[in-house]
Amino acid sequence: MNPIKTFPRGGVHPEENKLSANQPIQDFPMPKQIIVPLGQCLGAPADCIVKKGDRVLTGQLIGTAKGFVSANVHSPATGTVAKVDVVMDHTGYYKPAVFIDREEQDEWVEGVIQTDELLTEIKLDSKQIIDRVKDCGIVGMGGATFPTHVKLMVPEGKKAEYIIINAAECEPYLTCDFRLLLEKTQEFLVGVKILMKAVNTDKGIIGIEENKMEAIELLEKTINAHRDLYKGIEVQPLKTKYPQGGEKQIIKAITGREVPSGKLPIETGCVVVNVASTYAIYEAVQKNKPLIERIVTVTGKSVKKPCNLRVRFGTPANLLIEAAGGLPENITDVINGGPMMGKSVSVTDFPCMKGTSGILLMTLDEAQDRRQTNCIRCGRCAKACPMGLQPFLLHKVAKLNDFDETEANHIMDCIECGSCEFTCPANIPLLDYIRYGKAKTGAIIRARNQK
Amino acid sequence: MNKYTISGSPHVHSTENTQKIMYRVLLALVPALLVAIYYFGWYALRLTLVSMAACMLTEWLIQKFLIKGPLTINDGSAALTGLLLAFNVPANLPIWMVIVGSVVAIGIGKMAFGGLGKNPFNPALVGRVFMLVSFPTAMTTWPKAAPIFDKGFFADAVTGPTPLGILKEAGAGSLAQAGDMQFLDMVLGNRGGAFGEVCAIALLLGAIYLIARKVIDIATPLSILLTVFIFTGICYLINPANFIAPWYHLIYGGLILGAFFMATDMVTTPMTTQGKILFGFGVGVITVVIRLWGAYPEGVSFAILIMNALTPLINKAFKPQVFGVVKPAKK
Repeated sequence: MNPIKTFPRGGVHPEENKLSANQPIQDFPMPKQIIVPLGQCLGAPADCIVKKGDRVLTGQLIGTAKGFVSANVHSPATGTVAKVDVVMDHTGYYKPAVFIDREEQDEWVEGVIQTDELLTEIKLDSKQIIDRVKDCGIVGMGGATFPTHVKLMVPEGKKAEYIIINAAECEPYLTCDFRLLLEKTQEFLVGVKILMKAVNTDKGIIGIEENKMEAIELLEKTINAHRDLYKGIEVQPLKTKYPQGGEKQIIKAITGREVPSGKLPIETGCVVVNVASTYAIYEAVQKNKPLIERIVTVTGKSVKKPCNLRVRFGTPANLLIEAAGGLPENITDVINGGPMMGKSVSVTDFPCMKGTSGILLMTLDEAQDRRQTNCIRCGRCAKACPMGLQPFLLHKVAKLNDFDETEANHIMDCIECGSCEFTCPANIPLLDYIRYGKAKTGAIIRARNQK
Repeated sequence: MNKYTISGSPHVHSTENTQKIMYRVLLALVPALLVAIYYFGWYALRLTLVSMAACMLTEWLIQKFLIKGPLTINDGSAALTGLLLAFNVPANLPIWMVIVGSVVAIGIGKMAFGGLGKNPFNPALVGRVFMLVSFPTAMTTWPKAAPIFDKGFFADAVTGPTPLGILKEAGAGSLAQAGDMQFLDMVLGNRGGAFGEVCAIALLLGAIYLIARKVIDIATPLSILLTVFIFTGICYLINPANFIAPWYHLIYGGLILGAFFMATDMVTTPMTTQGKILFGFGVGVITVVIRLWGAYPEGVSFAILIMNALTPLINKAFKPQVFGVVKPAKK
């Protein structure tokens, strides 16, 4: 095993609470009607290309990417389009979605290989791989949902030296990536090879927190057993520290390079891809299977049966909660994602999408905001900040609407990891104010650049 | 329609809070208080209780009737100011004086600026210095340490000089001759002085606890102690007849108490490690200058207050290094 690495500055260590780590992935049956939002990625929502009454097959394209940063949407089931309407998604806003009345039997579109057989030979070349990734609508499945094909298109004059697989899973509670690594080890490793081929590099590094020792050992064993097949892939254990899985943090931890402020990771010669996305890329490239399902961790301290479910997109989250033993008493917060960066949702019937890594249920005691007191200038927020910012200062100037100061103090470098607010002994909602300041400052910068 | 709470991430929070931090500091000062009671008996206990009560009452009255804001009397910060203020006075000080000191510490040192977290100066030291200039005689008439088992709990104190007082009055040579100024007595606390500062071992015990619980950063005290040690060490090497050895400077007076419990006050000291080191250096230099050449035998309080005033500038000068930002090369 390689020596454990970590990012040097800041970070916190919340309770890990990986309650569902030992629960194997279960296939979750689809309900009669599924609701597929057209905007499932960061960027523009897809254009709908089906209409009411159309019969769609599983894997059939129903929404085409609109613009550069956007991703295709495919039908996760076979059935008839009941309507094209709006639905409230996890953001709390109504967004366009396709409602599909499902037929009992899955009928796949042509060209999709449905067997579970492991295909290790990569037939496509770099360009074809990226096109396939684009066609299959693959996005970053860690939660940010940035279209993956955009990441893989290395700009002119830049070189991708490393493919870094972000398997840190530093968010507490979530175990979907961990289970995938254990259960689909070989498929995942072929996915890494595909990514390496896509960006023409011979170095692939899997960064993984050392609290997932089982996965580290299994990956190393598998790589060693098939040396020629997985040549160039390395497993790099990382210290269990939040936010180890932040894109900039994991690059720094593994390569020692810092992504320059305001620039993209490719500046450091790294392309970082999430575990679930890597597996989806395997399925897309080797089996021609579009992205229509993912693993979702349903968890929470009071949840009866925390579990990892393989869910087709469009399945309402409340059905998943039922499968995990039903909604426990005293739940006040429902979170889409993990507790550090996930978004709280006002309803439980939002549809699962490409970025739904977990559904976390929290009781009043766990989630209630504590009473805010005066800042005692202890500097813990600045110590915890992995980006070297001063959250106490940003909070103050954002509150004063002083956006020259927010910009001068690098508010745009904030990765919104929440370490500052987590650690604040005065319970100040630092990140809320920083987000506000960031939005305002960003708008000012964009307006200035357009002139 | 909204069924569940909407709030920004993060949705979990560490169990740390201001109250816990303050109570930990209070707990860390308990050993020193016990030693003080052992050497100064009822007088030490009485002053401590009065001072803490007066500080808390002052804060409560101001919050209740002047500010009319939330009452934060339970957060432990007023109690801590009271305890530290008491630790900095002679055990035989009249009670009304410590009450005046408490009112000044909380009223002027803290609440006038807006309460906890907004005060530029350490409130306990504001109170202490106010008392020092207002009641110079009472504040510099030190009782002799006398174990309560020898003299009884309520025994009246006999006054006597402090080591630094002797040094100021009579010079380094006489200090060595004074019979009871043994190093071991100094460390254990069997000496004259403000009753909280006398026992270095009890204070260090508390300091180790605070460092282990990450309440205080070792950078500031380390920087202060090193600066004092090196500065007085140089003086000692140049002229051992005029100056005492540097290790005596570390344990005499209020240096340990000041370095570990007052120069580490989060509100009034710099935030970054580099800033803390500079702050400690400043405190060390000013302390030594006052001790060796100033009018007062002791200078830790003044040194910390002066450096408190510089803290905003130090914070401005020493910001953390932002990730991914390369410092522009100097031309």
